[in-house]
Amino acid sequence: MESVSAVVSEELRVEKIRDGTVIDHIDAGTALAVLRILGITGREGYVVSLLMNVSSKKLGKKDMVKVEGRELSPTEVQEIALVAPNATINIIRNFKVLRKERVKPPDLVKDLLKCPNPACVTNSPEPVKAVFHVEVSDGVTLRCYHCGILMEKEDILKQF
Amino acid sequence: MELKGRDIISIKDFTREEVDHILKTAGKVDHILGENLRPLSGKFMGLLFFEPSTRTRLSFEAAMKRMGGGVIGFSEPAVSSVKKGETLADTVRTVENYADILVIRHPLEGSAKLAADFASIPVINAGSGAEEHPTQAFLDLYTIFKEKGSVDGLNIGILGDLRYGRTVHSLTYALSLYDVNLYLVSPPELRIRKEVLQAVRNRLRVKEFSRIEDVMPELDVLYVTRIQRERFPDPGEYERIKGAYRIDKAALEKAKEDLIVMHPLPRVDEIQPEVDETKHALYFKQVRYGLITRMALLGLVLGAF
Ligand SMILES: [Zn+2]
Repeated sequence: MESVSAVVSEELRVEKIRDGTVIDHIDAGTALAVLRILGITGREGYVVSLLMNVSSKKLGKKDMVKVEGRELSPTEVQEIALVAPNATINIIRNFKVLRKERVKPPDLVKDLLKCPNPACVTNSPEPVKAVFHVEVSDGVTLRCYHCGILMEKEDILKQF
Repeated sequence: MELKGRDIISIKDFTREEVDHILKTAGKVDHILGENLRPLSGKFMGLLFFEPSTRTRLSFEAAMKRMGGGVIGFSEPAVSSVKKGETLADTVRTVENYADILVIRHPLEGSAKLAADFASIPVINAGSGAEEHPTQAFLDLYTIFKEKGSVDGLNIGILGDLRYGRTVHSLTYALSLYDVNLYLVSPPELRIRKEVLQAVRNRLRVKEFSRIEDVMPELDVLYVTRIQRERFPDPGEYERIKGAYRIDKAALEKAKEDLIVMHPLPRVDEIQPEVDETKHALYFKQVRYGLITRMALLGLVLGAF
């Protein structure tokens, strides 16, 4: 029995996708945030494989997401960098890696995050949405265009 | 240098050259204050005060009227359309049709920026949320510049509530454009916010203290702010520390001869009345400098200077 379950789990892990996207080298524990950034709930019907906290030469531990039949927009690729700055995106066509790219944070983040400052004008009934300027030094830091408050990765993850 | 049409939202939006230009212009206004000049005749200021602040409103109104301009607006949100639930964005887009410049005070952070984005005429931030009060910072700089001849090279102390006071934040950013030694003196609970300190640390030499007597002999300028009882979860703690942050004649004994003591006003008891008669007391003159600085800013933004 033991060997059967080992085989099953191994098969699940390595199942290849025909066309779609593999997001690799996601910081361990943040794959669910990546799925939420992509708006993937699992109810879309396409195959989604999710690996969390598997060992990685580069990161020690990492997460990985494979999505069948879905390619990412340039904005989505940039937004993934906010929570998973080391992630790599592999575009798969006909079982082969067509293109591989590293994520890079955008200069501006719109329509994705709320300002964590309750006194910020974007959290009032005014007709504006929060916009953040991205500052990259040691890590990614977001600065609210309106109130100036800073958001670190931890603050960003709280919203996913 | 062209400041015509510029919004004045945050001190952080200004370069050293621009600030110097504003201070020089204020110096010129200072000389002609008594004359009956009307460079803003026919211009109107829309004053939108969503939270009351009599002093700031009076200063802006006086500045506009002394230059021949008119003032419309409200300073009591209770009697305005705000009570009926109108957004700031809508108020701005309405009032801008009546005015040439808007002056806004609002409790939410980022509100002045929002107003500037919706308005097609210049917007001056007269205080938004806890962080920004740029015209106060300009007038504080002008006071120092006028009294000391220069801002560079001074030892400047800021005393009191450095955590919640919006005056302190804007002034600290403003001073970071200059070459000064900044001495921050506060109870440990009311130290300046990390993000403010981080933003200025590379450009200013900053030291933090909890006792004013440790730095008094060094200072050229002492900027006093009020410590509010409400900031302390434990009222006993407030009672214990409040005396240590109060300036009286005895506290000034070891001060330099030409130390100036400033305060954004209103004060309660953090500067004792006995200090008023000393040559150090600058806080009422600071009000006049505030008028002059706001006249300079209005004139520059409206293209009169
Ligand atoms: Zn904000």
